[in-house]
Amino acid sequence: MSKTKGLLFDVTLCIGCGACYDACKQKNKLPKTNQNFLSDHLSANTFTVLEQYNEYYARKLCMHCDEPSCVSVCPVGAFSKSKTGAVLYDGDKCIGCRYCMQACPHKVPRYEWGKTQPRVRKCNMCDDRIKEGKIPACAEACPTEATLFGDIDELVEVAKRRIKENKRNYYPHIYGLDEAGGSHVLILSPVPFEQLGYTPHLPKEPMPMLTMKAMEKIPPVVGVGGIFLGGMYWLTKRKNQIAKEKNEIKKELQEHEN
Amino acid sequence: MKTNSLLKFTFWKIVAVIIIVAGFISTYYRFTKGLGATTNLSDLVPWGLWIGFDFLGVGLAAAGFTIAATVHIFNLHRFEPIVRPAILTAFIGYSLVVGLLVVDLGRPENFWHPLVMWNIHSVMFEITWCIICYTTVLMLEFAPVVLEKFNLKAPIKLLKKISIPIVIAGVLFSTLHQSSFGSLYLIVPGRLYPLWYSSLLPVHFYISCIAAGISMIIFESYINARAFNTGLRLNILSELAVVVVIVLAIEFILKISDLLLSGKFNYLITLNMESFLFYLEIIIGTFLPIILLGSKRNRENKGILFIGAICVICGFILNRMNVCMTGMAASSGVSYFPSFDEISITFMLVVLAMIAFNLVVQNFQVFTYTEEHVIQENGVVETKKIITSE
Repeated sequence: MSKTKGLLFDVTLCIGCGACYDACKQKNKLPKTNQNFLSDHLSANTFTVLEQYNEYYARKLCMHCDEPSCVSVCPVGAFSKSKTGAVLYDGDKCIGCRYCMQACPHKVPRYEWGKTQPRVRKCNMCDDRIKEGKIPACAEACPTEATLFGDIDELVEVAKRRIKENKRNYYPHIYGLDEAGGSHVLILSPVPFEQLGYTPHLPKEPMPMLTMKAMEKIPPVVGVGGIFLGGMYWLTKRKNQIAKEKNEIKKELQEHEN
Repeated sequence: MKTNSLLKFTFWKIVAVIIIVAGFISTYYRFTKGLGATTNLSDLVPWGLWIGFDFLGVGLAAAGFTIAATVHIFNLHRFEPIVRPAILTAFIGYSLVVGLLVVDLGRPENFWHPLVMWNIHSVMFEITWCIICYTTVLMLEFAPVVLEKFNLKAPIKLLKKISIPIVIAGVLFSTLHQSSFGSLYLIVPGRLYPLWYSSLLPVHFYISCIAAGISMIIFESYINARAFNTGLRLNILSELAVVVVIVLAIEFILKISDLLLSGKFNYLITLNMESFLFYLEIIIGTFLPIILLGSKRNRENKGILFIGAICVICGFILNRMNVCMTGMAASSGVSYFPSFDEISITFMLVVLAMIAFNLVVQNFQVFTYTEEHVIQENGVVETKKIITSE
């Protein structure tokens, strides 16, 4: 595995056939969750959906961030970034705190609320298939190449070229290139992305940086705090002792006078 | 008079039993049917009432480290009489939090995983470790109270020898995780309403827990004095109230300047649910107590002192609930209100905590007393217990 992989989803090419939705269900052995795939939503049994906005279809799935929030917040390291670029989840480690769901900027992870031993569920970019040399099920099923799989660097080039060569058809932005520090799913659209339900105004800085800024302060707080407290203990104890000694001397003097 | 107090006692007893039984049934359902069937949590609202109560349990227990530091590190021994209640409060607060975590975690049987599976980048990981370490510290700090009851002198001697490093470790652990509860929300800038989101969240959480923790001790001392008909050490408590006022003032100035400097003035003048709750929190938790406890005369009136402490506690509860529930509501797009089971399990744990506190206070020397003989006008000598220092 040399280069990290990714997916490019082009709204202008999507015909809303739902092949990606079906392929994902089949590959991950997920039960049917809705009669009409267009009115389905992400859930513990649905890792990707197509949402209809007028004549456009928007695919929603895990964005596989470069520096994922879920990987950074999980207390037991149940999430990891695969060499392929996919963000993976290990249900055996999970303690079920659900911080990943709270922290994900794209609100992707779902939970098996109905189970007594629940897991977090989400798309894993068919990491196992990629490692076997195949391509993700959704990209393989797509009849129009609206979902394109490839090396992430190449996909960025493809996306840039499409916008450049066809300015009229595209909104001039690649969603996922900078959002939340960049991701391995890139999206092209003819209209502004908030119109298709993609979270707008995400910071360009990787989200885990926000936490790191606070976590970095822990060692100095412990160091300085420990020295300060130790010092204060010594100082105040000494002060009390001196006061006590002074009192005793005073008493002695008084006794002497008497 | 006597039957009256007895009746009242039974009434509360019945209420407590009902709450505990309901809680037990809910707990049973929680573990047999899962979180989905028993809570109103969902994919869009993964954290609810229970996490909120974790914040409260830990925050209101903050006196455990502030008072221990005041007495043992800063050697202000006149505060000695409130060390034990503070540490007991902290210990019970943390036990409550652990209890709630067990029901809230999706896989409570895996609770030990953070001990062996490390992710040092995770705030949650750091909090878990701090809570484990600090609960151990609290046990060591409270152990002498239990040991002296059974007259075990050798271990007490040993604990006294290592007491200063223990107290220092306790203060450091507390500082870290009290502030880290705020850090949990640093990673959700788009989700938490701007009036509460701030890069200074950990600092806000830390400062506000100090005022709330001390207010909790004032509150408990008052209740305890009433329940056991003993005198209050008003001089100590009113001195604590001064600290509360100062801390509240610092927190207020910091909060407002933080909002203004980060360009959030327009959120302050927007009238909506969030700004209403924000102002409610400021008025109840900051303005009222500063007005009530600001003057020396008021602080020495135990009624006003008590009400002031309650205001601080309510303001604190509002603040934490705003951060973890109402402040997140708008961005989640769905409304959340805790289910019956969520509420009944929470109430059960709170009632159990109160009973535990009461039992320990009755059986061990937590509040210390001496007897004072008051000669009344008619010449009858009345014996009155007053809480005193060791």
